[in-house]
Amino acid sequence: MENNLLVPIVFYFFAAITIGSAMIVVFARNLIHSAFALLFTFGGVAALYAFIGADFLAATQMVIYVGGILVLLLFGVMLTHKLYDLNLKAETYQVGPGTAAVLVVFALLVTFMLRTRWFSGGRGGDDPTTAAIGELFMQDYILPFEVASILLLIALIGAAMIVRRRPE
Amino acid sequence: MIGLSHFLIISAALFCLGLLAVFTRKNAVNVLMGVELILNSANLNLIAFSKYSAAKIDGQVFAAFVIVVAAAEVAVALAIILTMYRIIKSVNLDRADTLKG
Repeated sequence: MENNLLVPIVFYFFAAITIGSAMIVVFARNLIHSAFALLFTFGGVAALYAFIGADFLAATQMVIYVGGILVLLLFGVMLTHKLYDLNLKAETYQVGPGTAAVLVVFALLVTFMLRTRWFSGGRGGDDPTTAAIGELFMQDYILPFEVASILLLIALIGAAMIVRRRPE
Repeated sequence: MIGLSHFLIISAALFCLGLLAVFTRKNAVNVLMGVELILNSANLNLIAFSKYSAAKIDGQVFAAFVIVVAAAEVAVALAIILTMYRIIKSVNLDRADTLKG
């Protein structure tokens, strides 16, 4: 299966979708275009998760990021701009220094990633992961799991408190 | 063959694009999109390492926690942005300078 020609083709296809749409997110002049390009970035990342064998997280990515976070971001765009304002121009600043700094960071990251000899224990299996993740949640990671649920509750109440209109 | 370094380089590119959005965009919602890109790149790293190393599936559990925190973060951040829009009628980050001395 590893020598199959189809595997690299599928990988590079989804990698190109992910990186290309992420570039649209960053460089688009129109805010709505950025938001919709983000849809393809999240979808591409979910496809990469599925490619690498993380089926549960691929589904979670689609449900939470595409179904939840992206819709929230679109609400944010719609609620903070006039709806009929067709030219939602995205203003930029510090483009030169920012790009230079980011290019340096990228070069450093790639250099160190390629130079480091990562410990390799071989490739994990392609078994379904959902049951194993559920057991880890309920056994080894029960405390972080509960803390995460409390964090979500606090964030829910806090967000509602922040946007509430104060009667005055 | 697709190895660990392929995923690491994709994740580095995603991280740098998110960083660029945070650096150069003035719109608060657009900066938030950049933060989401950065979180996605971190998740991709966690999952790639959990796949290509001797560790077991724990990296995927960590990635699930990152997704939970990202959901909480985007909810609170959008609440703050909406309040900022109501008060100063703009989401331009340069205008949020009330605390400036």
